[in-house]
Amino acid sequence: MNVAVAKKETGRALSDSFAIARDRLPGSGKVAEARSAAFAAFDRVGLPNRRIEDWKYTDLRALLREVLPPAPAPDAAALSRAAEAVRLRAIKGVRRLVLVDGVFAAKLSELGGLEKGLAVRTLRDVLEAGDAALQAQLLAPDNSNPMVALNSAMMTDGVVVEIADGVVLKQPLHVVHVASGTAPTARFTRSLLRLGKAAGATLVESYIAADGARAYQVHDSLLVTIGDHSRLDHVRLVEDSDDAANICSVVVTLGARAHLNTFGMASGAAVSRYQATIAFAGEHSRVETNGVNLLNGRQHADTTMVMDHAVPNCASREVFRAVVDDRAHSVFQGRIIVRPHAQKTDAKMMTRALLLSDEAEADNKPELEIFADDVTCGHGATTGALDESLLFYLRARGLSEKEAQALLIQAFVGEAIESIVSDELRELVVAAARRWLEARQ
Amino acid sequence: MPAVQETVDRVKRIDVDQYRYGFETLIESDKAPKGLSEDTVRFISAKKNEPAWMLEWRLEAFRRWLTMTEPTWARVNYPKIDYQDLYYYSAPKPKKQIGSLDEIDPEILKTYEKLGIPLREVEVLEGVVRPEGERRIAVDAVFDSVSVATTFQKELKAAGVIFMPISEAIREHPELVQKYLGTVVPTSDNYFATLNSAVFSDGSFVYVPPGVRCPMELSTYFRINERNTGQFERTLIIADKGAYVSYLEGCTAPQRDENQLHAAVVELVTHDDAEIKYSTVQNWYPGNSEGVGGIYNFVTKRGDCRGNNSKISWTQVETGSAITWKYPSCILRGDNSRGEFYSIAISNGHQQVDSGTKMIHLGKNTTSRIISKGIAAGVSQNTYRGLVTAHRKATGARNFTACDSLLIGDKCGAHTVPYVEAKNSSATFEHEATTSKISEDVLFYCVQRGLSQEEAVGLVVNGFVKDVLQQLPMEFAVEAQKLISISLEGSVG
Amino acid sequence: MALLEVKNLQVRVEEREILHGLSLTVNPGEVHAIMGPNGSGKSTLSHVIAGKPGYEVTGGEILFRGEDLLEMSPDARAAKGVFLAFQYPVEIPGVATMNFLRTALNAQRKARGESEFSTPDFLKKVREVAARLNIPQDMLRRGVNVGFSGGEKKRNEILQMALFEPSLCILDEMDSGLDIDALKVAADGVNALRSPDRAMVVITHYQRLLNYIIPDFVHVISKGRVVKSGGKELALELEASGYARFEDAA
Repeated sequence: MNVAVAKKETGRALSDSFAIARDRLPGSGKVAEARSAAFAAFDRVGLPNRRIEDWKYTDLRALLREVLPPAPAPDAAALSRAAEAVRLRAIKGVRRLVLVDGVFAAKLSELGGLEKGLAVRTLRDVLEAGDAALQAQLLAPDNSNPMVALNSAMMTDGVVVEIADGVVLKQPLHVVHVASGTAPTARFTRSLLRLGKAAGATLVESYIAADGARAYQVHDSLLVTIGDHSRLDHVRLVEDSDDAANICSVVVTLGARAHLNTFGMASGAAVSRYQATIAFAGEHSRVETNGVNLLNGRQHADTTMVMDHAVPNCASREVFRAVVDDRAHSVFQGRIIVRPHAQKTDAKMMTRALLLSDEAEADNKPELEIFADDVTCGHGATTGALDESLLFYLRARGLSEKEAQALLIQAFVGEAIESIVSDELRELVVAAARRWLEARQ
Repeated sequence: MPAVQETVDRVKRIDVDQYRYGFETLIESDKAPKGLSEDTVRFISAKKNEPAWMLEWRLEAFRRWLTMTEPTWARVNYPKIDYQDLYYYSAPKPKKQIGSLDEIDPEILKTYEKLGIPLREVEVLEGVVRPEGERRIAVDAVFDSVSVATTFQKELKAAGVIFMPISEAIREHPELVQKYLGTVVPTSDNYFATLNSAVFSDGSFVYVPPGVRCPMELSTYFRINERNTGQFERTLIIADKGAYVSYLEGCTAPQRDENQLHAAVVELVTHDDAEIKYSTVQNWYPGNSEGVGGIYNFVTKRGDCRGNNSKISWTQVETGSAITWKYPSCILRGDNSRGEFYSIAISNGHQQVDSGTKMIHLGKNTTSRIISKGIAAGVSQNTYRGLVTAHRKATGARNFTACDSLLIGDKCGAHTVPYVEAKNSSATFEHEATTSKISEDVLFYCVQRGLSQEEAVGLVVNGFVKDVLQQLPMEFAVEAQKLISISLEGSVG
Repeated sequence: MALLEVKNLQVRVEEREILHGLSLTVNPGEVHAIMGPNGSGKSTLSHVIAGKPGYEVTGGEILFRGEDLLEMSPDARAAKGVFLAFQYPVEIPGVATMNFLRTALNAQRKARGESEFSTPDFLKKVREVAARLNIPQDMLRRGVNVGFSGGEKKRNEILQMALFEPSLCILDEMDSGLDIDALKVAADGVNALRSPDRAMVVITHYQRLLNYIIPDFVHVISKGRVVKSGGKELALELEASGYARFEDAA
């Protein structure tokens, strides 16, 4: 009973903001109808709580309390703070696409000299300009997940990238989400990446805060289709400010003989949830997905992965590592589904948590759901502290306690980080991990 | 080809062949009227001559049950159960007051003979049927709702062990029953356990006093005979300080078209340095090859390692029932206590199994071990669901879990749903799971060496489950091994 | 001044006293063998000198160049020049041997206030030592001791000894798990490191190792204390008569 009341209170405020925002949100006709339906779907459940199995360990009703009102479009000051933040985290040799407070910032982005076969538009344009096929794809995600529904209802902007058949991008795309507004508000973004056949791309996503941004919420989603014989390399870094929330839903669909290599690391944000569904739609495809949580203070980070083997002869590898210090809480939920007839599936998942403090918590739920017999599937999960005998060995060789710990922690997360193919991007991630380790010394 | 024809015939006969215990015993019985109300609860309590506190306890559970809803989280599907369309009490009509085994209805004795359960302790004692060295087992036989015989009572009494139907224990040892009943599985625990608390009719009660090692294995044999009858037995086993007991439980039911409900509760308590080893071979009728009939087995089993250095070990071989919903669990409360769960769950035909365990580490340096082997064949669904959790104060907690699934055929499903929760840094958990099928190469190798396809499968499966079979007491291990081959008959062709 | 002075050392592990007043003095340039049956406290002594957690020193002291060793953390002891070659060197997956060697060497140098090695100098030094010990380059790229054979693990320990140039080397059961050829290679590595300002304490159960590393002094320990000390001939005597005689003496 209390739950319903609680839902109503936060729900009412949000209903009001949806009602106010609705007319200003991009898209009319079918898009607007879809928004209303999605909001109704969200409103029926509200923020998910622990009684919903998928949210057992991440009770957003308790962790977020409420969905904040949408952020206003950034003013000149916000843009200039964002520019400074982007500069500090700039990566060489990439094409940068920047979203500030949920709005595409053309001035901070590099849109000149697009390679042949690369098209970049904003979500706002696509929703308003009425490209029916793209709109349908953007509105396709399953609204039974309340946070997806909320995002479908409220999305303001994002990038829509299409890569034509046979085009392999030389320059990685770097999508930077910057929170810049100083009031505690929410950003709702959705991006889409469509790789044609025999195409290739590298996508880097960063979530960062400009000076002064505080207690904000990021509600993002990403839809990816990878055509036959195509390959996507994906690196994602959540370095939001330590009082922010980052909720992100990802849906990837792979064609035949396609390849996805994805890596995600969360070291920022007070509360984060990364929920990804990766579906195999064509045979002989392969996915490597790797993740690292580096948490301290009272951070809560949740990675929830569904690997959906719907067709035969595909392979997936999941490696997840959590390093949890202080009173932080790391969650990994991984589900491997092998549908009937998806024979010769080869799916493995390994999740390990390292607890550095007596008050740290790690919850792992690695699931197998297998409906075909000729498969090799397995998962493993371990939880524990740093190995005392290794620590002593290192200290007997002259390393201080912190140095010894740092070396072992680096080795622990190393297996996940090594999967990143590009040397520059791997170094970028190693540097981010090192920043975290140095901050703890 | 004749070999193919033989397989086809075998598959056709499968539900008959497979279930050897599907006969019915024709006896008169004494039943409560159909349906469930406070009156049913009062009826059962009155039949058992229960004291007022017991009736009150039941009624409280019943009222609580009315406010609850059936759980839906398990991966099992079944039509809605009409709880008003069941009998909640059925007892074989006694010709007169039973004083000795000779006075038990000969039909019931015959039933147990067919089941291979020795109730005639006289013969056993005289050494007529007992080869040298064979261990003796004391048996409590539960027929539908009541316990019909408990053997070796005298000898157990001499050792100070109390082993009797729980209905008698409520009258004869109310202080013990009141002290422990519902302390491991509270009346409000879950829908089925609460229902059981309201209407349980019988079951076994065991108390092993401090320092006593129970001189023989104790066993209960459950049999559902009546039509449309739910069986709700309640077992309570207490091992006091330094005590040890090994307890075996077996179950069968006649073959019937309708689904029968079995909602049992088992509570185990171990005090300091005590140990309980609880083994189950569950072979309730699984339904026929079309998925008609079979037992709905919704069972709550939980052990409480209340004392330091205590141990509870669950071993189960689950081959029967249309639906199995059970999670024998351990609450590791005492420091250095240990919980174990060894399970073989086989599903064939239309069976649905959702089973596993919970290891709840509360005390310091507690350890647990989970070995689960799931085998799915036919169009069955087989799910392992398990929780391992270490609370903040459970420093030094350790768990090792291995759950392996084997799929036979491409129309079944095998699922693994583990929850691994660590809330302190000194907890060390290791979990691993695999799913595979029987290697064609191995099968071919065996067949080439002269084994039939089924023998080859049997060989591989027995190898697959060996770790768990080894945990069973000898008599049970042999029975379980046979049962495993029988359950998988017709699964390859 | 003596390099190492163990005075009346008493050590407990989980309520059980393992060493009951053990004394030992080691001067620079000396090689001491410590022999004793299983459970006599040999490994405990080596662990306590290196500072392994889990041991409670209830009495006595350990001085290293006159400084109280027991007051120092394990890494501080390493920087001072105490090196323990482990009986069972641990495997550290994910930490490349090369990276580990450099991190450890520079940590020790930094603690002593010395400058860190430059990468080329370091590589040159490691390659030189590795070649001498017959350690292939690919072993250095693998995780520390991961997938190494028993002999390779021991050679890796000696490689570190050569690299870190400690003043006190404690070799804990260096011969365990080695065949005779591997033992010779390891012993040659150790002998090459003998020098007037470096002392060695060789802990072993068998006399065999002492055919290859010839000690200046032999101490027999039994039940947690030194029961007899002598020259290298004591080891041969032990080989002939066994430990039983000394156990009675304890």
